[in-house]
Amino acid sequence: MSEAQEKETTETSGKIPFVDYLILDNPPYLQAQECLSCGARYFDRRNACASCFEDQFRSVAIDQEGIVTSFSIVQMGPIPYVSAVVDCGGTSVKCTIMNVEPSPEHVTLGMQVKLMTYSMGEDSEGTEAIAFGFEPI
Amino acid sequence: MGSDTIWIIGSNMTRFGKHPDKDVVDLAAEASREALKDAGISLSEVGVLGVGNLMNAGAGIGQQLQKQIGQTGIPVFNVSNACATGATALRVAIMAVKAGETDVGMAVGVEKLAGAGLLGQRGPKPESETWQPSGRFGALSSTEGRIGTSIMPGVFAQVGMEYGHKYGGTSFELFAKISEKNHSHSTLNPLAAYQKRFTLEEIMNDVMIAYPNTRPMCSGNCDGAAAMIVVSDEKMKSMPLEVQKRAVKISASVLTSDPYVDGCQILPDVNTLTRNAASQAYEEAGIGPEDLDLVELHDCFATAELVHYDNLMLCEEGGAVDFFESGAPWRDGAKPVNVSGGLQSKGHPIAATGIANIHEIVMHLRGEAGDRQIEGARVGLAHVIGLGSACGVHILEKVA
Repeated sequence: MSEAQEKETTETSGKIPFVDYLILDNPPYLQAQECLSCGARYFDRRNACASCFEDQFRSVAIDQEGIVTSFSIVQMGPIPYVSAVVDCGGTSVKCTIMNVEPSPEHVTLGMQVKLMTYSMGEDSEGTEAIAFGFEPI
Repeated sequence: MGSDTIWIIGSNMTRFGKHPDKDVVDLAAEASREALKDAGISLSEVGVLGVGNLMNAGAGIGQQLQKQIGQTGIPVFNVSNACATGATALRVAIMAVKAGETDVGMAVGVEKLAGAGLLGQRGPKPESETWQPSGRFGALSSTEGRIGTSIMPGVFAQVGMEYGHKYGGTSFELFAKISEKNHSHSTLNPLAAYQKRFTLEEIMNDVMIAYPNTRPMCSGNCDGAAAMIVVSDEKMKSMPLEVQKRAVKISASVLTSDPYVDGCQILPDVNTLTRNAASQAYEEAGIGPEDLDLVELHDCFATAELVHYDNLMLCEEGGAVDFFESGAPWRDGAKPVNVSGGLQSKGHPIAATGIANIHEIVMHLRGEAGDRQIEGARVGLAHVIGLGSACGVHILEKVA
């Protein structure tokens, strides 16, 4: 299924992912573009591979679980949140850690987390946006 | 004819802080004219001008500066390279002299940031009636907060935490102690924006910005400018003896960008390009980290300073925590780091920073650093990094 078709399917089903690389399957998963030549993985639209300069990619599903390799509790706005890097089976993922109290007593390096999704609300046409985060296991 | 050896014969920085009565060009003019005076040369002798300014990158600040201090028709390179902008402007001047295009180059870095708040924050996109994917991730709105953070305090907090995950030994208190050191150093620097000593308790109990960085652990956005005059070996030898005596040799001048490593597009990798720049600089200078008498490194946040001890090879790989806890980077320690007070207290007028940190080294090598002089300093290293990323490393030596 092409990306365009995929998007159409999700949109007609009334849901749209917050970012292209969140695939609203059952269960939802994150999808990277993996360089066919060197295996480097990316989440954005690519012109070529930053590692080996080739331009052929395949879509790969990212592990649903991982460990927190770095985090910060950002307290600059009204609601503190946990920004983190999660190592999902060797692929680094940037995310917000959800369903945890944003304090150093509750968030730790090496903590095990898993992918989760949540609703961002509906637009004027009733399409529901779905975002992802990671939550403690 | 090109010159293998490049010398700094004039150097200046304005006081960093708030300058409500001066605009960007005023600050650049002050630093430039003082640097020329320091070198004892006329603007008419300058053959190339490199000017760094980030906030008005398209405004041609170089030419605006010329219109205030002297229009001589020389080539002007207006550069913008994140927090490494000043070092990049200096690189331009050095490269031109090295290539033999001119014997005298001037570099200026200037920024007005007082009151700008924390940088890197993007406002939300205007909400449309329907969800509209846009950008390279097809995001429906700003990813800030939804998918972690891209704001500097949070990014650099994660840089330090990542080091802790890899090697262990880090803690909120450790990072706060690094800040305690720099604020303590700043009390001796009359040009620093903040010259106040903080106790460890005060630092840890201050407003949390992005754990583990509290407010005093973040660099202060402020106004300031720095300028430098560089000359060829031949030109240096033609200068009066009093100029030659104060000249400082640029033993290495390196600029790198970040090479691809796994995960570098997830959390910016500020390590590899710094390590690469340091390796190249040590090789170019023919010296090692053990030879350095002082180091000015890019402590944009307390969490960043720790990783650069390692990246600049001031310690064994993975040994940054032990290095700090040994007392080495304090001004009376074995390897003084950021005796200027660092960005956390000296301030961080972005494009000025990459020249100001070199200016600090120049002052010590000349023996002109006043109360904060590191006695007998003969070799120093200045490091700067801009996210995106760009890294400048300069090694300076006192030869005369």
